[in-house]
Amino acid sequence: MPLTVQKISNGTVIDHISAGRGFLVMRILGIAESYSDRVALLTNVPSKAMGKKDIIKIEGRLIDKKTADRIALLAPQATINHISNANIVSKKLVEIPSQIDGIFKCPNPKCITNAERVTTNFAVEKNQKLRCHHCERLFAAEELVA
Amino acid sequence: MSDLISMRDLSRNDVEAYLRHAEKMEKSLRSSSPPKPRNKIVATMFFEPSTRTHMSFWAAAERLGCRAISLSGDKSSSAKGETLSDTVRIMSGYADVLVLRHPLEGAARLAADVSSVPVVNAGDGGNQHPTQTLIDLYSILRLKKKISGLSVHLVGDLRHARAMRSLLYGLSMFGAKITLCSPKALAMSDEVVREVQEKFSPSIRTTHEINLRDCDVLYVCRIQKERFEDQYEAARLQDEFRITKEQISAAPDDLAILHPLPKIDELPADYDSDPHAKYFQQASWGVPVRMAVLDRVMGV
Repeated sequence: MPLTVQKISNGTVIDHISAGRGFLVMRILGIAESYSDRVALLTNVPSKAMGKKDIIKIEGRLIDKKTADRIALLAPQATINHISNANIVSKKLVEIPSQIDGIFKCPNPKCITNAERVTTNFAVEKNQKLRCHHCERLFAAEELVA
Repeated sequence: MSDLISMRDLSRNDVEAYLRHAEKMEKSLRSSSPPKPRNKIVATMFFEPSTRTHMSFWAAAERLGCRAISLSGDKSSSAKGETLSDTVRIMSGYADVLVLRHPLEGAARLAADVSSVPVVNAGDGGNQHPTQTLIDLYSILRLKKKISGLSVHLVGDLRHARAMRSLLYGLSMFGAKITLCSPKALAMSDEVVREVQEKFSPSIRTTHEINLRDCDVLYVCRIQKERFEDQYEAARLQDEFRITKEQISAAPDDLAILHPLPKIDELPADYDSDPHAKYFQQASWGVPVRMAVLDRVMGV
């Protein structure tokens, strides 16, 4: 039986998230118990292009470029649809950035960035791995989101 | 202005330029005409213990006709909570070059980002030690006349030793045949091995048993006790991983043994006068190599 989730009126639908990554994308979005509007996370939804995919629907929130860049690291095929009055007003593919500044904490406890107030900087290398500008260690995107 | 922070930043041409300059410096040290005085101030900032690196930078500065000033971490305002960034900003107003050693990884990169004068990384935690690698490559060239195709065994704590991590980049760049030999728990990071393989396609073999039959250069380092949380484990591994005279006797006659020093007991006792042991000579080349480093970062 198909699983039906109501349309949202104003907000964002993030589609084509790699199956299973929806939970991590929720973490990037910072959506916690205190979020007062409707949110739906659908996982393992059948997809012609991807086999299975995750979808997130968020009422009352638009996604900015910085957040979209972070989502791209975990879900490089994701599309971000902004919804207004129940209509799609913009549809964008996420783009993997070449670097990420000041968002993630370096997971290396011996990195200088964990000892003093420094803006972290990660270069995005192949396979969406991120290299810390300071300690030069390489991390999977999941390690930074965790 | 240029900094020297990591072997990852250098091309083979850059390294060759450092090594050529070091050769000139070594010749100048042997000649009766010393280099023209540079009249600069070199500040050494050491937040971790050091003998060779600190003193050879100091000697290199003096040999170049520079003045050296020194800041020791435990006697600086960092003991009062001053950040490294602030200390570096202050020191870069007092000197023309900063030479920094720090226990945290990325400290030298941070220093270079905030300093108004060149920064030389004299070791940042377990990450990089590029000037040691320049000394190591220089030593191999002086002893063996080449690096490409030589069988070089890196033996010891490959997980924590920054000298080993940096040297792997250097040797890979020059096409050495590399054997990585360590206790299983102290193997070189897979990520570092993968990176040098992708960049330089060197021959790299990994083993946990010391077999020196095909070895031209044996490069040993101690177990880096200061990087272990469990000191008992460090002591156990130190006891377990020692090179014996029998193992060395299986190597070719012209084997050269190098070591970044200090050594503890990873090599046989009373081995220092053995003709294979080249590590004190290697340490002495620290001065001309670091003269070259100071010159090049100062733009001389």
